[in-house]
Amino acid sequence: MSSETALAAGQRARGLAPFLRSQMRNIAPFLTLIFLSGFFALASPSFATLDNLGNILTQVSVTGIIAVGLTFVILCAEIDLSVASIANVTGIAVAYFTLQESYVNIPNIPLPGAAAFLLAILLCAALGLVNALGLTVIGIPSFIMTLAMMQIAAGISALLVRGQIAYKVPDMITTLGSGSIGGIPWIVIVAAIMLLGGHLVLTYTRFGRYVYMVGGNREAAEYSGLNVKLILGSVMVISAVCSGIGGMLGVAHFGSAQQNEFDTYLLDSIAAVVVGGTSLFGGRGGIGNTIVGLFVLGVLNNGLDHVNIDSFLKILIRGLILLAALIINVYAQRLREKAAE
Amino acid sequence: MREDRSPILELQGITKSFGGVEALRGVDFALSPGEIHGLVGENGAGKSTLMKIIAGVHTEFSGRFLIDGQETHFRSARDAHAAGIAMVHQELSVAPDLTVAENVFLGNQPTNALGLVQWRRMAREAGEQLARFGIDVDPMSRLGDLPIGLQQLIEIARVLFSGARIVILDEPTSALSPPEVERLFATLRRLREQGTAIVFISHFIEDILRVSDTVTVFRNGRKVAETASAATSKGALIEAMIGRGGEALEHSYSDDLMLPRPADGSVILKVDQLSLARSLKDVSFEARAGEVLGIYGFMGCGQQELSRILFGKLKPDGGTLAVEGRARTFASTAAARRAGVALVPESRRAMLFHQEPVYKNISISILDRISSLLLKPTQERDIAQRQVEQLQIRPPVVGLDLGMLSGGNQQKVALAKWLTYPPKLLVLCEPTRGMDVGAKNDVINIIRDLRAKGLAIIVLSTEPETVLSLADRILVLKRGAVVREFKNEPVSKDRLLEAA
Ligand SMILES: Nc1ncnc2c1ncn2[C@@H]1O[C@H](COP(=O)(O)OP(=O)(O)OP(=O)(O)O)[C@@H](O)[C@H]1O
Ligand SMILES: [Mg+2]
Repeated sequence: MSSETALAAGQRARGLAPFLRSQMRNIAPFLTLIFLSGFFALASPSFATLDNLGNILTQVSVTGIIAVGLTFVILCAEIDLSVASIANVTGIAVAYFTLQESYVNIPNIPLPGAAAFLLAILLCAALGLVNALGLTVIGIPSFIMTLAMMQIAAGISALLVRGQIAYKVPDMITTLGSGSIGGIPWIVIVAAIMLLGGHLVLTYTRFGRYVYMVGGNREAAEYSGLNVKLILGSVMVISAVCSGIGGMLGVAHFGSAQQNEFDTYLLDSIAAVVVGGTSLFGGRGGIGNTIVGLFVLGVLNNGLDHVNIDSFLKILIRGLILLAALIINVYAQRLREKAAE
Repeated sequence: MREDRSPILELQGITKSFGGVEALRGVDFALSPGEIHGLVGENGAGKSTLMKIIAGVHTEFSGRFLIDGQETHFRSARDAHAAGIAMVHQELSVAPDLTVAENVFLGNQPTNALGLVQWRRMAREAGEQLARFGIDVDPMSRLGDLPIGLQQLIEIARVLFSGARIVILDEPTSALSPPEVERLFATLRRLREQGTAIVFISHFIEDILRVSDTVTVFRNGRKVAETASAATSKGALIEAMIGRGGEALEHSYSDDLMLPRPADGSVILKVDQLSLARSLKDVSFEARAGEVLGIYGFMGCGQQELSRILFGKLKPDGGTLAVEGRARTFASTAAARRAGVALVPESRRAMLFHQEPVYKNISISILDRISSLLLKPTQERDIAQRQVEQLQIRPPVVGLDLGMLSGGNQQKVALAKWLTYPPKLLVLCEPTRGMDVGAKNDVINIIRDLRAKGLAIIVLSTEPETVLSLADRILVLKRGAVVREFKNEPVSKDRLLEAA
């Protein structure tokens, strides 16, 4: 093995600059995070506190849960634009199957909590399956397929609540969404567990390897005898189920279930994945990147509140940061290809 | 040899290392106008690396680089292009999603006064250029839809007619069949008359001797010989390449070769009346255990489509396919693999992951055999290490990204993927393309071992030598139909060419 170590050393000894260049996609988001944190810490005394860290964690939890599944999809070089809609409809569905207060005017079907939960999960899985079939069997590009699904899920939401607002979800979900244990919100714990789970699946399982390989070179995956359609279909279902869980906990967290409640989460979850450095061309990145991306977004959103900035300007700033991240993402891919030459 | 002209390109003491590995050590190289300069050497000897330095792809190296006697340093391929240097890379570097015409004019499309692309003019001129080179293709078709050999021809045509003064061809003939090779050589000779300097890399030493004026031999990153082609021989070149006697290493297959009696192993594959649109017509044959079936034909004869059907990548329009007596219609390549079929396509890019390490490339198609849920990286590396040693892949480091291997070594990795758990039917398209003489022999021996283990093997190739060196029985495919079967009878290169 001495030749191996010598070569590995050689690869490293190639110089710091090329190494950094090839690691650009991991380093840039991290530097962004440090820069933003430093900036807000200096700009506002209330930012760098333990309390506020808790706030940030809670604020990114729902996005984090949705982003787990989306990471799988983007690693495969596909996209899921229906995540927020599916989150919304799943949150509404679980409320729809729960007994509401008498003043809520929705003709719903109250069931025991476990049944409500199960039906909601089945619903989001089914919607994910429709995405999967559209993508793999019919061959509709995921961008278009999930755009349609975005509308379909919104349509189901509308039919279920009919412009009303429901408030109650099963107790277990209420606890997970808005309760806390030992001072730590449950929703943060759930997000952490799901992110960890996603990471373990991607890093240590056969399926995870397939996801990276399909994203890296789909044709080669097919010529290696992988069932590419099955893998692509699976990631669409995983994405929908993660969105569904995020939606249920989100509804519990906000204390209400209504139309268009999750609209901002589409952009946020895609941004978290991409800002973190997962390649839009597939095959590179992972949950670690997504976590950094979540923090960048969380710090940015939270920090802008602390520095007392025009709230309309906030939107523009977020957009600009996202654009910068996209530029880095595409640029990093090019640098890597160059380094591999 | 044209000593009278001073060199347009002169390299002195070029050294290039990738990390700790020295790919080139103190190489001198000169090129004169009106010269065809052949370059030979084993896989990984450094041929492509030197050419990429000339073409401005690799910009970090030490040594002197002179053009027209002027010391120069290219900062990019664009600089090299501006200096009149054009290169056909070993790995196809076409843009598959663009049209043929766009590929021909890549980077300098004709535009009108408003800066808009003149499509009609571009298509017409591209068509004319390609026709001059004997290529008959719709200039507006998508390049990626064409067979790989045709893509390569188009790429060559683009470079040859780009007006460059220095043209570099890195294994241009690997995907071409004999008539196209002839056309290429004729064009090269014509360009030589016009004063173009040409570098020609190939593992076909006979081609090198036939077309080039000077031959340079590389071994292990060093230039070990440079002679006039007329003053050397195939044996001498091979000996210089590998450092030992090479007489026995390569046959020329011009004499008759006796095919053995057909094997009596069990029928592994039975194909009946297979047809596919305009590509295949009523193709029927059997492949038996312990037999290598060669399928020979010119480019576009339907080989590619046939191999894809066997591996479940294409669905035939008609006909049946049975593996070990069971009729099959493969819904996916995964189904074909489970049924015991394996395919190595002719294009490396199509089956390898360039940004992943060698061991992941080797283990990908057997992961389900070694792990159920969790990956077993140590075992993966061990398996890969064994394959790397068996196939003598250089460098023997399974953790290296695949993209860092030389072309021939990548080809070996593509084969290694299927060897740990040998399939029942192994379909190989151009299995020795891009391999040096020694590696070719290694692969031939490996394939014979597999045959001895009772695999049914199908070798599809547009090179008569490949089929003749491996096959026990040969089918000739012409315009999608089987036109001739050679078995238990004498066969030679000429007889094959005649049948095709
Ligand atoms: N980008 C790279 N990174 C690291 N090593 C490389 C890179 N490119 C080439 N090498 C190494 O440099 C050496 C020479 O490779 P090169 O591609 O020049 O060989 P070659 O003579 O063209 O071989 P072949 O006949 O197989 O194409 C090999 O050991 C190869 O592994
Ligand atoms: Mg090469």
